[in-house]
Amino acid sequence: MNVSHSLAIIAVMTVVTILTRSLPFLLFDRSGEPPKVILYLGRVLPPAVMAMLVVYCLRGISFSAAPGWLPQLIASIAVIALHKWKHSTLLSIIGGTALYMMLVQVVFG
Amino acid sequence: MNRKAFAAAFPATVPVMLGYLTLGAAFGLLLNAAGFGVGWAALMSGFIYAGSAQFLGVELLTAAVPLAQAAVMTFILNFRHLVYGLSMLEKFCGMGWKKPYMIFSLTDETYALLSSLHVPVGVKPADYYFAVSLLDQLYWVAGSLLGGLLGTALTINTQGADFAMTALFIVIAVGQWENAKSHLPALLGGGISLLTLVLFGPERFLVPALAVMILALLVLHGRLDREETA
Repeated sequence: MNVSHSLAIIAVMTVVTILTRSLPFLLFDRSGEPPKVILYLGRVLPPAVMAMLVVYCLRGISFSAAPGWLPQLIASIAVIALHKWKHSTLLSIIGGTALYMMLVQVVFG
Repeated sequence: MNRKAFAAAFPATVPVMLGYLTLGAAFGLLLNAAGFGVGWAALMSGFIYAGSAQFLGVELLTAAVPLAQAAVMTFILNFRHLVYGLSMLEKFCGMGWKKPYMIFSLTDETYALLSSLHVPVGVKPADYYFAVSLLDQLYWVAGSLLGGLLGTALTINTQGADFAMTALFIVIAVGQWENAKSHLPALLGGGISLLTLVLFGPERFLVPALAVMILALLVLHGRLDREETA
């Protein structure tokens, strides 16, 4: 582990997070209404970005053998099903992760 | 510290407390499994204080990515915070010295609480909002510390625990899907990401994906706006 690089990553993430949270206040606190196109992107971009992040998380999938994709597929479906059923963020995350851990450690391990 | 405001805010924050203690602990455990102990968890939860970004951060730290990549990824993931800020402009107005902290600590969950809560009679709104935000961060930091310590104390096989991040993003995506008037943005996002993943490879597709996505959404501006208002 490179301590100074790790600290630098955390510093960068801190600054960027503060920036994204304060940008609306810096830009629009005095001038009133934000431009319509910004409001529009603010509405439609989050679902597109979230879909992209799900793809990003699953980017390591390999279709050459079943253990390379089947655990991810089963656990992802389980998360969606659990969430549709109970709408409990915690239950969906813990249930899906526990299932995935069991699949990669025991079933496909 | 205004005790009355904290006493009034506490019951309202209990759902977030349960969520943050557990999710924070999951983060601490995951970070610990990646070789970063409880001190790192405290540092990240104290300063970054953004759940999904911190889960992503575990991966960024493990891979020791270049700083520019860490910045871009964090910005992309946090983009939704721009929207939160827009709807809090009025609420935070006139909060004085508390305002910078309110902006710093505007997470998804705190945003959800602040936008839905009613201030009890006899408590100043500014004190109440501040108490809600501060309590939420305390829960998150406590959860992360707990996870980091548990990770050191337990010797469990954590292989596959990183799926927690995937699960978190899927859960947020399902929630957005159910609340969206049009599913086109989510479908476009998924489709464009898969396409750019194939074209650019797993480590370089995010920036082109985001660029194409914004372009496509701008082109569809007229159509999507009509669907949304219809």
